[in-house]
Amino acid sequence: MNMIQAINSALDVMMARDDAIVVMGEDVGYFGGVFRATAGLQARYGKTRVFDTPITECGIIGVAVGMGAYGLRPVPEIQFADYIYPALDQLVSEAARLRYRSDGEFIAPLTVRSPFGGGIFGGQTHSQSPEGIFTHVSGLKTVIPSTPYDAKGLLIAAIEDNDPVIFFEPKRIYNGPFNGHWDRPAENWSKHPAGEVPTGYYRIPLGKANVVREGEAVTILAYGTMVHVCLNVVAEAGVDAEVIDLRTLVPLDIGTIEESVRKTGRCMIVHEATRTSGFGAELSALVQERCFYHLEAPIERVTGFDTPYPHSLEWAYFPGPVRIGQALKKILKD
Amino acid sequence: MSGDPDRSNLKPLSLHVPEPRFRPGDEVDFSVVEVPAAGSAPRPDTHDEAASFSGLAYSLVRVLDDDGQAVGPWNPRLSPDRLRRMLRHMALVRAFDERMFRAQRQGKTSFYMKSLGEEAVSVAAAHALHYDDMCFPSYRQQGLLIARDWSLVDMMNQIYSNRADRLQGKQLPIMYSVREAGFFSISGNLTTQYPQAVGWAMASASKGDTRIAATWCGEGSTAEGDFHSALTFATVYRAPVVFNVVNNQWAISSFSGFAGAEATTFAARAIGYGIAGLRVDGNDALAVYAATAWAAERARTNAGPTLIEHFTYRAEGHSTSDDPSAYRSAGEPNAWPLGDPIRRLKDHLIAIGEWDEDRQVAMDREVAEEVKAAQKEAEKNGILGHGLLQPLDSLFEGVFEEMPWHLREQRQQMLAEEEASGRPWARKG
Ligand SMILES: Cc1ncc(C[n+]2csc(CCOP(=O)(O)OP(=O)(O)O)c2C)c(N)n1
Repeated sequence: MNMIQAINSALDVMMARDDAIVVMGEDVGYFGGVFRATAGLQARYGKTRVFDTPITECGIIGVAVGMGAYGLRPVPEIQFADYIYPALDQLVSEAARLRYRSDGEFIAPLTVRSPFGGGIFGGQTHSQSPEGIFTHVSGLKTVIPSTPYDAKGLLIAAIEDNDPVIFFEPKRIYNGPFNGHWDRPAENWSKHPAGEVPTGYYRIPLGKANVVREGEAVTILAYGTMVHVCLNVVAEAGVDAEVIDLRTLVPLDIGTIEESVRKTGRCMIVHEATRTSGFGAELSALVQERCFYHLEAPIERVTGFDTPYPHSLEWAYFPGPVRIGQALKKILKD
Repeated sequence: MSGDPDRSNLKPLSLHVPEPRFRPGDEVDFSVVEVPAAGSAPRPDTHDEAASFSGLAYSLVRVLDDDGQAVGPWNPRLSPDRLRRMLRHMALVRAFDERMFRAQRQGKTSFYMKSLGEEAVSVAAAHALHYDDMCFPSYRQQGLLIARDWSLVDMMNQIYSNRADRLQGKQLPIMYSVREAGFFSISGNLTTQYPQAVGWAMASASKGDTRIAATWCGEGSTAEGDFHSALTFATVYRAPVVFNVVNNQWAISSFSGFAGAEATTFAARAIGYGIAGLRVDGNDALAVYAATAWAAERARTNAGPTLIEHFTYRAEGHSTSDDPSAYRSAGEPNAWPLGDPIRRLKDHLIAIGEWDEDRQVAMDREVAEEVKAAQKEAEKNGILGHGLLQPLDSLFEGVFEEMPWHLREQRQQMLAEEEASGRPWARKG
């Protein structure tokens, strides 16, 4: 399966198990979503469980909060993460705090799915990585898969979770892992072990990172598309790096991170989102606080630039092999 | 294309900034406010097409006339017993507000918001809805809880953020949440409850339930995007929801003109959405009851949502942090042409021979006593001014269903700090 099929499969499995689950969003019903992630679900589960919505993200999330308070488990889709901003207040002030402010009388068990990240020539409004905004909000969980297998298992866990979850899907790798070389042929998930996705139910618990490559020289923390880019750069550079796919940013698997950095003595953080106040800043602070005496070099951050995502220059913006490779050299120098 | 025209003879454009009719010191004359005769508005069948009665969004549904009689097709023909209970609930809201306002002034809590002059809006609505319908209120509908006979002590515990506060001191005073009484957790962010009510109503409909949702916001808040998103969703899915806009003329210091009142009514917002819109005398408990019951029946029979504008007046300040004399004429509350909702219902009961002044005086004394006793009871559980009343650990509870490591660490840090300081604040242990 590719990642879209895996997500579709997760929704299918969960909707069959629990009729409280509803899927909603712009174009998700009859058509099955612009990325086809919800294809076939309306035919299977009916129009009251899978339906198209008006184009109002604040309405989609606000309505989903009310549905959650009633006892449903909505899985709203925001067509592109760039369009989540109109819904920000409903996520930040409402969904995230409902449990706390009502002392558990009402909850908002939403899973907000949204494709995010660049590398598809989406321009400024189809490329952003807003995860840092959500990790900053108390009460929200943020999940980002990097493979079809993980996407299905994590999405199932997110849907079962009674807290609101932001589930960002790295759309650059919907069809296959991306090695970072935009000018080389793309791979396909069908040739990748993580593309082997069981059709039935399985879950990957939130809050557990995945050590996707073991190594001794440096710890690389990444998620989503960047996991594959990093793996490829490491292989090409012949570096004995340990690559950790964080999978969930909140809750974060701090134990795995700490253990790895203590072992390697070096830490590099890679994400596509803009740098300033990005999640990499949080990771860097955590590693510094907890592993300072084990560090043999300053922590390196490789990120997108603090500019809007450009259209024609997107490969210059994208933290690709060159930027990551140079940072690797730098952190391994002494 | 006419190219660059010679505009030398055009007058320059000018920007219109609305201004209320009266400012502090001005003499008030509300004669421009159109008040149609009680009983004059037609009452459509609850299944009529919204477009067939759009005129109701521009007039005013009124039942109680100047002689205290209930007249016209909207007369809900309530039993004297029901009328007396509504009267009592409204008096109780007023007494409750009065005491809690004073409690705030005495430093017993940080904040309070009265609904003086608007008691009919929430009390009569609560009487017209089913107890298990879900209300998504704003902060000025304490009357819903009181009309649902919810414990005053429980409400006060919340206001005091005390040991018995069901919300463990996590919310600003008056931001109640009472799931059991169909009262949704109040948000301080205006109008967020609007789409949430629609979502709840849609869920109820999709589950084949018979319960409906109702929601309230102020006229100032209709300018928020959530309001319009909610109306769009509601009309698209024909959600069983009743929207209430409480037009009390003022949004803190901004008069209703800043939400668009100069150009149209708030009920008329419904028309563009194909939603039923009613404009109602919000100081007429019978009109509020009748409109709510009508809208509830419409919702409950799958005929779709209704938007009710309650035309009323906020007779007090916005909150305990507000001084209305700084921005509006002191004469306004008394000159308000729709009168006082409690007095009007009282006059009606007297006019139909079901009440008298002595009983009114006795009732006022009783509700005052009831509130006083509740206050005494609530204060046994502490008041905000007494410092930290919840176990310290509760600060971290309920952010997530299960506490993640970073919150556990922060809690540990807080408890350790407190241990080191030598202050023996309670904890769950
Ligand atoms: C999103 C948001 N913006 C601003 C405020 C600050 N605020 C609180 S109440 C209020 C006025 C609301 O007026 P209105 O909707 O007419 O209701 P009323 O207080 O008159 O009942 C404002 C601006 C807020 N709470 N939330």
